[in-house]
Amino acid sequence: MKIRLENVVKTFENFRAVKDVSLDIESGELVALLGPSGSGKTTILRMVAGLEYADGGHIHFGDQDATDIPVRDRGVGFVFQHYALFPHMTVANNIAFGMKVSKVKRDRAAIEARVTDLLRLVRLEGLGDRFPAQISGGQRQRVALARALAVDPKVLLLDEPFGALDANVRRDLRRWLREIHSELGITTLFVTHDQEEALDLADRVVILKDGQIVQQGTPQEVCRDPQSAFVMKFLGDANVIAAEVRDGRAHVGDISVEAPGVVDGKAELYARPADLDWSAEGPGIAATISRVLDRPDGRRVLAVTAAGEQLEFNVEPERVVTAGEGGFVTLRRAKVFAV
Amino acid sequence: MSTLPTRKKPPRVGDNPIFRRTLIGIVLVLVAFVIVAPLIIIGVEAFSKGWVVYRDTIIHPDTLHAIGLTVLAALIAVPVNTAFGIAAAWAITKFDFWGKRFLLVVIEIPFSVSPIVAGVAYLFVYGLQGLFGPLLDAYDIKILFAVPGIIIASMFVTAPFVARELIPLMQAQGRDLEEAATSLGASGFRTFLSVTLPNVKWALLYGVILCNARVMGEFGAVSVVSGNIRGQTNTLPLHIELLYHDYQAAGAFASASILATIAVFTIIAKVLLERQGAGRVRKTANPAEKIA
Amino acid sequence: MRRRNVLPGLPLSLGVTLFYVGLIVVLPLVALVFKAASLGPADYWQIVSSPRAVASYRVTVLSALGATIFNLFFGLSLAWVITRYRFPGRRIVDAVVDLPFALPTAVAGIALTALFANNGWFGSVLESWGIKVAYTPLGIMIAMCFTSLPFIVRTVQPVLEDLDPALEEAAQSLGGSDWTIFRKVILPLLTPALLAGVSLSFARCLGEFGAIIFIAGNQPMSTEITALLIFIRLEEYDYQAAAAIASVLLLTAFFMLGITNWLQARALRYTVKG
Repeated sequence: MKIRLENVVKTFENFRAVKDVSLDIESGELVALLGPSGSGKTTILRMVAGLEYADGGHIHFGDQDATDIPVRDRGVGFVFQHYALFPHMTVANNIAFGMKVSKVKRDRAAIEARVTDLLRLVRLEGLGDRFPAQISGGQRQRVALARALAVDPKVLLLDEPFGALDANVRRDLRRWLREIHSELGITTLFVTHDQEEALDLADRVVILKDGQIVQQGTPQEVCRDPQSAFVMKFLGDANVIAAEVRDGRAHVGDISVEAPGVVDGKAELYARPADLDWSAEGPGIAATISRVLDRPDGRRVLAVTAAGEQLEFNVEPERVVTAGEGGFVTLRRAKVFAV
Repeated sequence: MSTLPTRKKPPRVGDNPIFRRTLIGIVLVLVAFVIVAPLIIIGVEAFSKGWVVYRDTIIHPDTLHAIGLTVLAALIAVPVNTAFGIAAAWAITKFDFWGKRFLLVVIEIPFSVSPIVAGVAYLFVYGLQGLFGPLLDAYDIKILFAVPGIIIASMFVTAPFVARELIPLMQAQGRDLEEAATSLGASGFRTFLSVTLPNVKWALLYGVILCNARVMGEFGAVSVVSGNIRGQTNTLPLHIELLYHDYQAAGAFASASILATIAVFTIIAKVLLERQGAGRVRKTANPAEKIA
Repeated sequence: MRRRNVLPGLPLSLGVTLFYVGLIVVLPLVALVFKAASLGPADYWQIVSSPRAVASYRVTVLSALGATIFNLFFGLSLAWVITRYRFPGRRIVDAVVDLPFALPTAVAGIALTALFANNGWFGSVLESWGIKVAYTPLGIMIAMCFTSLPFIVRTVQPVLEDLDPALEEAAQSLGGSDWTIFRKVILPLLTPALLAGVSLSFARCLGEFGAIIFIAGNQPMSTEITALLIFIRLEEYDYQAAAAIASVLLLTAFFMLGITNWLQARALRYTVKG
């Protein structure tokens, strides 16, 4: 099912949570809504579900205008951040709930068979008789997913699906959700504030800030070509270096990088720690190493430039660098944004 | 861009307008009939014979004596129960000991026991045919059918009030603050006054006010142990009964209006204290559950 | 691991607590039980099973049952309306719910009697419909309703307030109708609180005295509640009979406490970690 948001607006009290958002999600696509807290991502998800109504704009499911369809008739599967499992029902009854209350009557055997299938799908065979309080967080997460899938939703919506889990469990579940998605091919939209999660899991990442979409694209597109300083910073660690743009190039000291489309004048140069390197001779940005942090996959160097800017970059594990050493920071690549 | 004010919030369960209005309507009518009407009729009946009768009833020596006795009972029973409530809450929430759950159940017993049963039980402790009766008689100490009996019976029915408000709150607040204060060298009493009390003061006051309302209004237990001697062992509620059965309805209602006024002020105080957060600690369905 | 407790005051606070509870609560109840037990089984049984006593149990229990069932519906509706809806006067309704607790029972008793007497505001109307309330078991029930209403409201209300909205939303997203969600999700989650409220309310009804004696006709065998029968036995100086019947009420109260705890534990089974 294809989903289309058209100029959607949502205001709470006096706070405009979502400002004029338009978004297309193709059938079978797995899309991440990524943004810091307060960016409106959960509100958008809840509007798609029908748990909030948009104050303006339209939401289409396929050819149908779903804007005013109440949640119970919208045919979405929603996985809540804290799962919202019914604590007084067993795992099996939680999963069966949607089928039992459905207007489409199913006989008991059909429901039981479907529950068994779903338990197998989410790898919880044999736990059907447990209560939610008796299983782990990761297992609850999977029950919540099975419950949402049981009603054959047109769209699967997940609100911070792994937010409440340990890092290890989170990584496993991420891979597993990807597998389930490939298997079922259901249009899926999920919300997260964790860039790694969005980039690992989604076909397409939609980055939000203050209720607006600032950039969207495949993980490759947003990573390789961030369109704004915000996206650059939000997606990962970035060094910020003051620069001067002249004739399409940004100059820092005696080095310069391309700055296509940036107007002349003051600008900022953004570089990932992996985009910088260290050299004893120039050209480069003169700096002094203040600390060296050893990590399993390399060495992280903290340096201070002559202008007093703090820079962080990685060097190979075998490279000999020591605190107090002077030298030059060189640039492999960088993005330039006007101030 | 269209802004539709009708699309405010998706309906929750029970938000169907017809259902909602009907239910609110039924509830309001029932509240008016069952709860508010009794309060209004007290005022109406109290002044049914005019202001003069009302005033005469209130300033009648028997009424004044009953008021005095009621206040005396409250002045003794409330502080004693407050001290008990604080001690019990301190012991139960700051320490672990064997039988704690049982102690909690025992403290709450007076809530489940009929006041009449309580009154009768006291007869068998302090009455002539009771445990201490003969001893007390020998020393000519009168507890039953006298003021001390009234006060003790009031203490029984209100024993859990303060403890019940403090225990869940102090339980929720844990022991860290007190342990920190003690480790800094504060004495136990000092720790309680400067660390524990400021955090529970509203809940404490809340318990005290509810306790006071119940002491002043207690009828069943007091009527068993008081002996109902007019002008001597009549509290205000007993005085109301006496007047009522004496076919002085207006007088009974006039006296009742004093207690009703106290009840209204109790509720106002309760609402104000709840705004300060008192009475808000969620009691689990089973209070003993919390204190595991 | 049990950490060593550094806080002072256990001997004093626990000592005061045990002494007070022992003297004020336990001692009298034990004395009552001993007094009743001193009768011997045959005499005891004869007193507690006398027709007048049995009639008093019947009217007390049946009225308490009726009042509690009424309060179950009314209390739940009241708690629902206060927590779920916003309307003018909501805070006032919330506040007056406590009136039955704050108003002394004797005051409530004469007020209800005045309202429901056959010349009262409600009594005269009901009389014209052929319904007599004052001096009948119906009056007893109304007095019980009044005094025990807040129990159910105040035990259900906090649970209803704290109910996770996501549970309801989840049920809605799965296609449940309002009634289904209420029945299958909300009501089961309220059950432990409802049970607690019902049992508190029922216990209060069984023991209620002040509010009832004015409105009940106090006719032996028909409108005489057990608490009143105890009182009458005392006035007749029949202390043993009073003790025996009082012990029945006391044991019933304890039995109710036990039943309630058991029912609640059952209703909350699902929260136990496996």
